[in-house]
Amino acid sequence: MKVRILVSFKESVLDPQGQTVKNALHTLGYHFIKDVRQGKVFEVELEGVSKTEAQKLIPEIADKVLANPIIEKFSWQVLKEEEKVR
Amino acid sequence: MKFGVVIFPGSNCDYDTFFVLKEVLGQETTFLWHKDHNLENVNCVILPGGFSYGDYLRSGAIAKFSPLMQEVREFAAKGGLVLGICNGFQVLLELGLLPGAMLRNKNLKFLCEFVHLRVENAKTRFTHKARQRQILRIPIAHFDGNYFAPPELLRELEKNNQIVLRYVDEKGEATEEANVNGSVSNIAGLINKTGNVMGMMPHPERASEALLGSTDGRMIFKSLIERL
Repeated sequence: MKVRILVSFKESVLDPQGQTVKNALHTLGYHFIKDVRQGKVFEVELEGVSKTEAQKLIPEIADKVLANPIIEKFSWQVLKEEEKVR
Repeated sequence: MKFGVVIFPGSNCDYDTFFVLKEVLGQETTFLWHKDHNLENVNCVILPGGFSYGDYLRSGAIAKFSPLMQEVREFAAKGGLVLGICNGFQVLLELGLLPGAMLRNKNLKFLCEFVHLRVENAKTRFTHKARQRQILRIPIAHFDGNYFAPPELLRELEKNNQIVLRYVDEKGEATEEANVNGSVSNIAGLINKTGNVMGMMPHPERASEALLGSTDGRMIFKSLIERL
């Protein structure tokens, strides 16, 4: 199974990198850009776990390692289901 | 007093810190390897500056899982003295031995310069050789030193006198301009509630010899050596 985990700053935390990207886009004339938040993407391949188990384990690793819960939040999605072995 | 300076892959202030403790201040000092489980009966553990594990993921985020840090966690829980300098401070935050988190500097620049600090709490194991509100001149060198604490945590830190050092200007005023990295409430150094774990972004080991422009950093080490 392959999952994608997105880690980004909480709304209450200032994201100076996102702000800088926004300013650069404005400089280029893309004034419709209202806001930019920068984050991190992790594509993780899992082995030998069911989807139900993943639903418990992914938030666990995100909280413990991938994100710092004081400043960051995460979301995740399944990219590819486990292939059935005949 | 026996000091232990931890070496992670990517530490780069380990030898400077060791030199100041051993050669400048004449203390028994040993290196502690991140993969070991042995604290070698030191009285104080120092997590030095640098870029542990390349600062991958987040500054200090990987170092917290190294074998030795599990020992340091227990050592701190039993009241052992732990000082985190720069990257060491970031590791202590990731470990949860100190509250809050670090963000990238507000101007997105790596800052390497002398700053002025005000001692906000001179009654700690790490600062009792200073006068209350004494101004120190010590350099910083970091990318992620923009300390963040949610409002309720900040109130708690204030209430418990846990803010030990603040960025100030030459006159000792905690202005926005002096707050070079954008930290909440100009925070440069913090202590835990029980008073045995401290983290600071400035480098006292780089300000312990007159030749290097300042000896203000010695106060921190001398406070540890002379006890309270």
